[in-house]
Amino acid sequence: MTNSSIVMRETRYHQIKAVLARLRLDSSARLVALVDKDGQQIAVHGELGDLDTTSLASLAAGNVAATGGMAKLIGEREFPTLSHEGEKESIHICVIGRVLLLVVFDDRSSLGLVKLRSKQISNELAATFAEIEEESNVAGISLPFSEITDEEIDSLFSYQ
Amino acid sequence: MTFINYASREINCKIVYYGPGLCGKTTNLQFIYDSTAAQAKGKLISLATETDRTLFFDFMPLELGTVRGFKTRFHLYTVPGQVFYEASRKLILKGVDGVVFVADSQEERMDANIESIFNLEENLRTYSYDLMKLPYVLQLNKRDLPSAIPAADLVSELRRKDEPVVEAVASTGVGVFDTLKAVAKQVLTELRKS
Repeated sequence: MTNSSIVMRETRYHQIKAVLARLRLDSSARLVALVDKDGQQIAVHGELGDLDTTSLASLAAGNVAATGGMAKLIGEREFPTLSHEGEKESIHICVIGRVLLLVVFDDRSSLGLVKLRSKQISNELAATFAEIEEESNVAGISLPFSEITDEEIDSLFSYQ
Repeated sequence: MTFINYASREINCKIVYYGPGLCGKTTNLQFIYDSTAAQAKGKLISLATETDRTLFFDFMPLELGTVRGFKTRFHLYTVPGQVFYEASRKLILKGVDGVVFVADSQEERMDANIESIFNLEENLRTYSYDLMKLPYVLQLNKRDLPSAIPAADLVSELRRKDEPVVEAVASTGVGVFDTLKAVAKQVLTELRKS
């Protein structure tokens, strides 16, 4: 692989989900998600409805990458937060190391409250994610794919 | 960068389609999208100009099936091919697990192919990725056009290592899934090694 893979254990996943649930409650948000900077959704909590969270994650990462590129052009390292305010729904994105905290909110909340609560929780998320990265890099970790066979890989394409 | 989630039993990998402007990167994704069952795919997102040229990227998630109890999901991206979108192109390569280089077989696009492949290697290097070690497929697209030069000539000019070479006509789907399969297989084989 090009970079270290992230391996998310079940306990860590539930730990992160609990943090997201708390943030959602404290900020009266519609939805809170944690997304990898490469566009992979890590965890999401809230009113999902028929929202396409996979696309949302990918576009959020693209958004942060594009504004990060602009930041570098003007001599900034990155823009740590981004906010997009719509007529009814708004999005606030917070860059926390290699992950993005995404909060979708409506008129039940306000940008000020979302910013405040996101900031308060970002240290906790940064610490948890640093531990997850450390766990992912442990040598000898047993992955489910270490014994995958060529036949199993081929079977994925059998529908074609 | 592969993301393995034990809680949702999912594995997500990122594949990027690279190549010069108008070589058929978006057409590859469009064909995959049109030919895949609804339950196996998400939306096809195209950030394009009003004239349908890719502005930032196209994106579609594709679920291939289950291996060892894990859902394998591939996130397919294209880059904008036009030379002046260099900054965006570089951003999309971040965290890539596998690359498809879509070459335009027309004689008049040979220089553009060569320039684009050098640009790919250079952009990968900025992330400390090495094309020689990355899952990689060379697709020779537009094989149906009268101005297409012989595949052997393209291969001798564009092949970088022992990567699989797939002849394609993306507009009709010829070679599109063979290409995807060739790169996805390498990505999964890499996982076995890691």
